[in-house]
Amino acid sequence: MSASPSREVARRVFASEFNDATYTFKESDDERAPLYALLPTGERVNRVFFVGTLTEKEDVGEESEYWRGRVVDPTGTFFVYAGQYQPGPASTLRSLEPPAYVAVAGKPRTFETDDGTVNVSVRPESITEVDAATRDRWVVETAEQTLDRIEAVDSDTNEYGVMAREQYDLPVENYRRDVIEALESLEDETADTEAEVTD
Amino acid sequence: MTETDLRTHAEDIHDQFSDHLDVTVDEVEERLHTLVEEYKVPLDEARRSVTSHYLDEADMEREDLGGGGTTERVDVADVDEPEQWVDVTAKVVELWDPRSDAVAQVGLLGDESGTIKFTKWAKSDLPELEEGAVYDLRNVVTDEYQGRYSVKLNRTTVVERLEEDLEVGQDTKTVEGALVDIQSGSGLIKRCPEEGCTRVLQNGRCSEHGDVEGEFDLRIKAVIDDGDEAHDVLFDREATEELTGMTLEEAKDMAMDALDTTVVADEMATDILGRYYRVTGPTFRRYVLADEVERLDEAADPEAVLIKARSM
Repeated sequence: MSASPSREVARRVFASEFNDATYTFKESDDERAPLYALLPTGERVNRVFFVGTLTEKEDVGEESEYWRGRVVDPTGTFFVYAGQYQPGPASTLRSLEPPAYVAVAGKPRTFETDDGTVNVSVRPESITEVDAATRDRWVVETAEQTLDRIEAVDSDTNEYGVMAREQYDLPVENYRRDVIEALESLEDETADTEAEVTD
Repeated sequence: MTETDLRTHAEDIHDQFSDHLDVTVDEVEERLHTLVEEYKVPLDEARRSVTSHYLDEADMEREDLGGGGTTERVDVADVDEPEQWVDVTAKVVELWDPRSDAVAQVGLLGDESGTIKFTKWAKSDLPELEEGAVYDLRNVVTDEYQGRYSVKLNRTTVVERLEEDLEVGQDTKTVEGALVDIQSGSGLIKRCPEEGCTRVLQNGRCSEHGDVEGEFDLRIKAVIDDGDEAHDVLFDREATEELTGMTLEEAKDMAMDALDTTVVADEMATDILGRYYRVTGPTFRRYVLADEVERLDEAADPEAVLIKARSM
């Protein structure tokens, strides 16, 4: 049996694709209806889970604390913002010393800058420090799920694939290349570690 | 009622008599057709009447009829395809409140293999099922919603109450994924000490027995998410201790030092949130009750996915 019917699943997506997901929509007129970001590979996202390296953190708040963290995966950077309404994640960001591997569950948010570009960020529900093995597992899992989406994106019965073709001019081939690069970065790493061991 | 349905029922009846009578499916179908289409007899009644006719003709008793037919007798845990006509022998484990007028009864059926949701349509005009009773249900239809299976009792369903009991087995399920959330009511909790009541206290109050001196316990309500589905998982004290490495005594000491019980859940979150687990256990309502817990921390292997990515 699965979770509470209303709980949104946490999608796995690399930073490069996530940051391209600038189009958001709701599926009903209800005020409390969930807001979805549309992935260019044809999936709706109301929650994400990712693991990467926290490389920088900064309190960018004026009156109260507002933490911005940069979390890097093999393809790009997730921007994570946590303020007084995310006390747990804010306090984690306050206390963590970069660089550190972190796992983040959160909601996609978009905001439009003065020059009209749309930036995609994450409002975290939780941030925890994890180890390299967890990060590697996430990279492989995210690669698999991204490929699954790419394979299904062109089907006419894929509602969100159709929507992605309408909303974006982003060839999914880019994300396939990102997947390859991400996986190769893991292989190099493994090779490095093995080299160290044999030295 | 469509012709295909009639044909299916005709084939069903035909199969039951083919060893005893020289009768064709067409003849059976015609009899059914006459009753259903011309005389507007409900299908189950028509089926009964046609069956009786052939029983007479073959000089057989109803009991002589084997299962036969196109419906298959199944264990509820084996239901894994929608729109199958099946027979089950099951106990009514729970009855829930129907949320729609179209539904007469809804609840949970169980047999040795596990449990499955059932829905009995209001228009099916079937007898009332009682909680705890065992029934032979013939001609129910399987259905699927978001990966979960159920059976629907319809106008053609034959309900027979059996004077026997059966042991309902537990469905076990294995879920695997990232632990993405720990829900409120996790960590160091207090339960009502009243005999038979184990409710978790809210601010020292039991919803049934009011203010009571609670007994400490550990549990975690977590969500394990594989990117495709989110599963609620419940860890009892033993499973929580195994998952977090923290014992009830240690948790009590920690809460005592901090003069606050919430530090326990916070500390546990630091250790388990964002990690990958495989959890196996029986299901209860929407929860998987964690029996076996395994942290997935072996090195991930990118090779297979890389080959796939390159070949696309």
